[in-house]
Parts: sequence; structure tokens; C-alpha cells
Amino acid sequence: MVSQVKIPTLTDAVVRKRGKTIIGPVDLALPRDGFTILLGPNGSGKTTLLRLLHGVERLSAGQLTWATSEALARARQAYVFQSPTILRRTVAQNLAYPLQLVKTPKAEIAAQVADWAARIGLDGALERYAPRLSGGEKQKLALARALIRKPEVLFLDEPSANLDGRATREIEALLIATHQQGTRIVMATHDLGQARRLASDVLFMLRGRIHERGQAPEIFNAPETPQLRAFLDGDIVE
Amino acid sequence: MEDIWAGLSAAFQLIGTGDPDLIEITLRSIQVSFSALVIACLIALPLGTWLAVRRFRFRRATIAVLNAMMGLPPVVVGLIVYLLLSRSGPFGVLGLLFTPTAMIIAQVIIITPLIASITHQAMRELWAEYHDLLISLNTSKGQRIATLIRDGRRNLLTAALAGFGRAIGEVGAIMIVGGNIDHATRVLTTAIALETGKGDFALALGLGFVLISLALLVNLAIHTLSRTERDGRW
Repeated sequence: MVSQVKIPTLTDAVVRKRGKTIIGPVDLALPRDGFTILLGPNGSGKTTLLRLLHGVERLSAGQLTWATSEALARARQAYVFQSPTILRRTVAQNLAYPLQLVKTPKAEIAAQVADWAARIGLDGALERYAPRLSGGEKQKLALARALIRKPEVLFLDEPSANLDGRATREIEALLIATHQQGTRIVMATHDLGQARRLASDVLFMLRGRIHERGQAPEIFNAPETPQLRAFLDGDIVE
Repeated sequence: MEDIWAGLSAAFQLIGTGDPDLIEITLRSIQVSFSALVIACLIALPLGTWLAVRRFRFRRATIAVLNAMMGLPPVVVGLIVYLLLSRSGPFGVLGLLFTPTAMIIAQVIIITPLIASITHQAMRELWAEYHDLLISLNTSKGQRIATLIRDGRRNLLTAALAGFGRAIGEVGAIMIVGGNIDHATRVLTTAIALETGKGDFALALGLGFVLISLALLVNLAIHTLSRTERDGRW
């Protein structure tokens, strides 16, 4: 499956909050396919850029252009937040929720829930109250819930922040499988190791702007700017 | 102290002997308060949730008015409903004055703001928690409200119970619009007021204990039926 829904194009995009510029001006047109990683220090605008591309953040200035209708594009996108929002329901009901919203037949929902619960290793916990899961389990549940409607584009905001190595590995395996099946992925992370393992291309953000961008091997092996070089070396970049 | 013991004794006697008058007014109390509660919940739960989800120009003012209405004096509500339902009033033709229906209307007016306000407070917190997810999933406004009501049902139960507590213990408004007519509109609270006025404190206290027991039983029954506080689910 190759994504048919383009990520929106940004032209001179600016986001301001309480008089402070969070993003911009940014011009960005991402290709249809790939696994894009947003790198950058805290506060560089990664989350805001992701939310902008998903259509849940308002522009203060500039243009955001959708290739198809916004409603259609949004329906085919999914977003996993850094702190996963878990519905106050069971694991099974959390997984079923996105399908119920689009009136999927009950038999189909049951089959999908069982399938995804098995993929994330929660098939034995379907009737557990989801807010009581561990951090790693919650993140996997949030990811499975985002993927259950088979989105063409998946946005992830630091999906393995605060998780241990095992949970991070499980999430990355799920992401690689999802990408191999054709889902376009755009992910923010500050974990350089994770970025090296997953990225096909990289956007390096600094102070609300895209400071440098390129294919993953070029970015990691031959960074052009001193700021990116310092960031990759583990220095503090502000 | 003697009056309290006498009241307890009267309460046990009334219940033990299955006093038909007591049963009648207790059932009428339940019928009036439950009917008012159901109608008020149908209005207040979606209203409170809608106020939490929706942004509009006079939202703050609306919430402030709603909160202020929690303190509506029941006697004033009773008076207004009386004037509306009296023969010379706009709804006099319906002939509802001094009927349980009039009492239900008054109670709905009194408890709807209370339930809506508690609902709004609870749903506002849940909406802050769910906001990004529900927006991201492209939910319609109706789906958002339905999701919040479903997942916030324990808080809504608290709101409903607060409304029921206010309704079952209310006396001023229903006295005015119901008239405390024997075998027609007499309920526990108006009967207590009547017996106190007659100086029969033992019977008044007895009825009071029945009223308190009833409120406790309803609370317990609703908690048990809705399976709150059970480990593993909530």
C-alpha cells in the first residue's frame, strides 16, 4: 500500500502563542512515502509541527494546503501523543473505539481487536481496565488504537519517551512493520539511536524552524551545520 | 433527647405495622423525586457536557448563570411555578396546579442547574484529558459528548445523586405547587412540615428517619447497581 493521501504542504507557516513564535516561518512539502524523523532539542517546535501537519494546530500566518479535502485526509491519518490518552475503558473497548466511530460491523471490530491485542501482547488483558496498564503497555495500546483503522499517514510524538529498552524495541518493531506495509510515518524523537534505526529522512528543528533536512545517511554521516553536528555529538544546542 | 427516642420508636412502629399512609406518601415521594430526577438528567447531563466541549461567545456568562441558579430559592421557584400554573396563569388551562406533575415541574427547575453544574465541572476535566485524542480521531460533536458521558458516568452518577438528594428533601416549592393534599400530593417532607406544625414531633421525627433511610437506600442501591468502587473495573 502506498499512501494516497498527501501530508499537507506548509508555506510560510507561522504559529504564535501568547505573543511568542513557536514555529516559523516554515516551508515544507514532505514526499508521499518514507519514515521522516523530526529531530531537535526540547522546545524547538517538533510537537507543534506534527500537530500542524495533522491539522489540529491553527496557523497564525502562512498557508497549509491539503492535497485532498481536509476531512478525508484527517480521516486517513492517525496521531500518537507523547503522553498517551487512554480512554477510561477496558483494553478491548479502547481498541474498538476508533472502529465504532466509523460504524464498523461488530464482527469486524471483534476480529480486529483480537488481532491487534495479540500483536501488542495484550491478548490476555482484553478485559483489564486500560488506565491501570503500565507505561509501556499504554503506549503500545495507544499505537495499536491509532493503527487499527489502517491510517495512510501516522504521526508520532516521542512514542518511546520514558519507556524501558524492551518496550521501546517492541514499539519500534511495530513501527517498522507498519511502515513496511506502506504507512507513511512522521515521528518526533530526541532519541538519536532511535532516529538512526528508523529514519529514511530527517528534519532537524531549531528555534521553531527547519534548520537542516536530508536523507538519513547524509544527515547522520555528514551534517552541514555546526548546530546539527553539535546535536548529533550530544552537545547542548539551544 | 426524649423526642428523638420517641421519633425513632414512631419510625419503627410506622414501618413495622406497614402503615398505609406512610407507604402511600413514601411511594409518592419516590415517584415525584425520581420523575424529576430522570427529566432533569435528560436535560442537565447533555447540557453540562455540551458546555464543557463547546466554545461560544457567552459561554462564561452562561456557566456563571448556571452556577448561580444552583442556589435558586425553592420557595421562589414554587411561587413562579404556582403563578404559571394557576388558573389565571399562561398554563392554567392544563389544570396541573396541586398535582404531582406540578411538583415534578418545580423539582426539575430546582435540580437541573445543580446537576448541569456538577456535570460541567466533571466533564471539563475529562474533556481536557480527552481533547487531543477526540480531535485527532475526527469525532463529531455528538460523538465527543457521547464519549464523555459514557466515560464520565461515575461523576455523572454523583451529579445525579446530588440532584436526587436535593429533590427528595425539598419542601418549599412542592408545598406551594402541590398544596400538601392528603392522598393526592402529600409527600414525606410536606408531611413532616405538617406534623411539626401540629406539634406532633414524634411522628414528624419518625417520618424524618424514614426520609433519611430512603435517601441512604437509594444511594446504596444506585452504587450497587452501577458497580462503582469495584476493584478492577473503576
